[in-house]
Order: sequence, then C-alpha cells, then structure tokens
Amino acid sequence: MTQRKRLSNTQGRRSDPLEEDDSDLTFTQPSTSQVQRGLDKFTGSQMDQKAAEVIQYILVKDQKKIPVRRADLVKHVLKDYRYIYPEIMKRVLQTFDQVFGLKLVEIDTKNHLYILINKLEPQEGAAGPPNPKMGLLFVILSLIFMKRGAVKESECFQCLLYICGERHEQFGDVKKLVTDEFVRQRYLECVRIPHTEPVEFEFHWGQRAELEVSKAKILDFMGELHNQDPQTWSQQYKEAHAPPPAAPSTSQPNHSQR
Amino acid sequence: MPPHLGDSHRRFLQSMMSNSVMDEQQARALYQHCCDIHKAQCVPDKLDDFIETINSKLQPMFMQIRKGMSEDNGQQYYALVNMAETDVTRMSSDYADNELELFRKTMDLIVSSENGKVSSTDVLNVADTLTIKKLKKSEAEQVLNRLVQDKWLNEKRGEFSLSIKCIIEMEPYIRRMYEDQLKMCHICHNVAFQCQICDSPTCGIKIHNPCVARYFKGRVEPRCPACDEFWPYEIPGISFYISIYKST
Ligand SMILES: [Zn+2]
Ligand SMILES: [Zn+2]
Repeated sequence: MTQRKRLSNTQGRRSDPLEEDDSDLTFTQPSTSQVQRGLDKFTGSQMDQKAAEVIQYILVKDQKKIPVRRADLVKHVLKDYRYIYPEIMKRVLQTFDQVFGLKLVEIDTKNHLYILINKLEPQEGAAGPPNPKMGLLFVILSLIFMKRGAVKESECFQCLLYICGERHEQFGDVKKLVTDEFVRQRYLECVRIPHTEPVEFEFHWGQRAELEVSKAKILDFMGELHNQDPQTWSQQYKEAHAPPPAAPSTSQPNHSQR
Repeated sequence: MPPHLGDSHRRFLQSMMSNSVMDEQQARALYQHCCDIHKAQCVPDKLDDFIETINSKLQPMFMQIRKGMSEDNGQQYYALVNMAETDVTRMSSDYADNELELFRKTMDLIVSSENGKVSSTDVLNVADTLTIKKLKKSEAEQVLNRLVQDKWLNEKRGEFSLSIKCIIEMEPYIRRMYEDQLKMCHICHNVAFQCQICDSPTCGIKIHNPCVARYFKGRVEPRCPACDEFWPYEIPGISFYISIYKST
C-alpha cells in the first residue's frame, strides 16, 4: 500500500470562515520512493526557493491572523514539491525560528491548520503603537477566564456595551469585531449552548489565545484591578500556574511515516 | 564571518512587519528599545548597519527593509518590502480588480503630471473609463478614501499624491512600469514625483523639493547644479529645514 488518502473532511466540517473550502485531498501521503525521487529531482537552492515562497504565503495569511491550511499550502504553493513537503517545511521552520523569532504551530490536527506564534517574550508597549483591539480582547479573555472558561454571548456583549458602547470610535461595530474578527483569528471560540431555544452561544478561549496569552498575566491584571492578591482566586490561580499541557504538536507538520 | 542575528534583530523585524511604515525617529527609538530588552549593544548612528544585518538574512526570502525619503517633509522612512511582488497585484487581497484598476490609473495620472499630484475630479473622471467594471462616483470616492486610509495615497486639499509607503514598496514596479516617463532627482538619484525642474531648455534636471531645500540651503544665489543657470524657483521654506534638522 503506497498511498493513503486522508479523508479528514468526511466528518461534517463546522462552518469555518476560511476563504477556501477545499478538502485536504490535495495532500496525499507520499511513498518513500516518491520522496526519494522528489529529493533527487530538486536542487538545494530550488528547495530554498520553494521554502521562501511558503514563508511568504504564511506571512501574508498571518498578517490577517488567518490560520493556514495545509491543503491550500500544497495546492497554491508547493505544487510539484508536495512529495518533499517535510523537507521543505524543515527549512521553513528553521527560517521562522532563526530570522523572524516565530514558530509555526498546528492548532487543528484533523484539518491541519497552522498559525504562527511569537517566540520572543511579549513586552509591554513594544512593537510600535499599542493596539487598542488587543486591549479589548484582553478584557474579554479575562472575563472568560474568571468565569472558568465560558461566558454567554449576551453577557459578554452587555459587559462590552458598558465598557465601550455599541459603536466605538476606533473599533466600529464592537459586536462584529468580537464575533467575526476575534473568532476568525482564533482568539475566541463561539460555541452553541446545547438545548437552548432560542439558540444561545457562549465564548471560550480560542486556540491562538491558549498559545499566546498567559493566564498568570491575566490573573495579575485582575489582582491589580481589584486590589486583591491573585492567590485568593484559588481555582484560577491553580490553572494559571499549572505546568503547561503537552506542548502543542510542534511545528513539524505531521507526516506519519510507516 | 556573516553578521549574527540576535533577538534584538528579530524583535525589530517583527515590529517592522506589524507597522507598514515607520519614520526615522520611530525606527531609531525601536532600535534602542529592542537592544535594551535583549541587552544588545546599541550604537546610535548604526541603525542602517543593524538593518543591513537583518536584510542579509531576509534576502533569500526576497524581502528587504527599505528606506525612502518622503517628498512632503524630506524625512526618511522605513518599510518592509516584499521584493518578489512589488506591483499592484500585491494589494489584491484587500481590493477588487476594478478598484485596483482605479489605483493604477491614478498612478498613471500622478506619474505623468507636472507636479506629482492629481486632483480628485480627474481621478473620478477616469472611474468612468474602467474596463473591468465601472465604479459609480460615490464608490470611487470610497475606494480613494480607503487607499488614503491604507496609506497608499496622500490627500491634501483635494489632490492626491503617492504616499511614502507606496513609493518605498512599489519603487521597483514603478521604475519598470513607467521607465521613460519617470523623473529622477539630480541630487539623490531616486524617483521624483513632486519636484522642481531646471528652467534651461537644454538641461531640465529635476530635484525633489526637500532635496532643493537641502542643496540650496545657505547659498546666496541658487544655481542649477548641472548647467549653472539661475534656479528661478522659491526655495522650500523653513518647515523643511526644521524637519531636516531633526533627521540629521
Ligand atoms: Zn532627491
Ligand atoms: Zn539646469
């Protein structure tokens, strides 16, 4: 058996605001001989060039914080190089690490979605002018965290209404920012609450938030806000200072070689 | 030995990625800041060497941090540029095809103008001649607003000019596209849009307004650096001197 098709999209895909809804079928697990032929066919500098294209592609997506799908990467960029995908990605990861200080992480192992996260320690007020949207996001994430992981949509909007009104000078439509942008960027996850009529939703932390935002920092922030020792929220404190769960399947986009 | 890239360089690069364009003062402050965080040595007037080190690692990706002078205030600006795609199509994820056509036509008008500017009336008139899909006047106005907001165009009193971000990022494209129509500055040898042109019919060299200010500063009788004819224009005023002072 040389080729196994990945039928990852057979389970009903949840409506995903990604641009292209194409299956992962374009990526076929290469056989060893295909890999070898690929490696023979392309020179080192050709592979570097292809890696450069992959990097460009991922950076463009990342600018809008849209996760990259492996299927799109293969279809639009790798093309003939698909059989040596791991070899190309090795170069890509190395460059992200050494030149940009970024790390490519798979956030969805079923649909093979990747995002870039920062390897450098976040700095207050670094990276140019502060981003007010991120401030708002931080508030929402704090709210969810203090409520042990989930906040009803209606409750969240009530709180935001209180903080910044319905339309904000800089954000425009606040609701839209939260439900469209933050959810698309995977900072938030919007989940239907089962057995509700009319239908109700709640917000959870999205995968990007889990990877990029420190719960301990959030708790410190809450402590300062309420002038209270963070340790008094014992549950949250335990969660914030727990050892990180098994590291997110690192970088090397999985290629199960048998 | 190739220069070594440290976390201070990486942090600087990340900031360049999230800010589309940065003036020299901001870039200097950022350089200092990145060095402080990572306890790297910061030599105040070595910003360009620092950037050169980053560029040497970006080169295989066809990316580069480029510098350019604003034609409005003579200040230097920095932007991270994707050299693999320096034409207008790079904007295709943000603009529809007919909107890009309008932008191209606006560029055409600016390049072929005497003074590097085009009036909004002239731009709105070409909106009628788009080949892909015509834009209504109100739609075209909105597109222009977005182009200003996204910092591709500058707008001043109903006239549009190319922004510094546009000039830095698209210079290779502009040079290729408009080859013989382009004016080059006699002083700094870069593309010039808003400039003064020597009056002498056999000479006709061009000089950017800020370059004029810098070159003729303190000279009693301004003369063309190429043909030595009298330079008949007003030398850009005090505001230029101030901004030039700040940047040197
Ligand atoms: Zn000049
Ligand atoms: Zn002359």
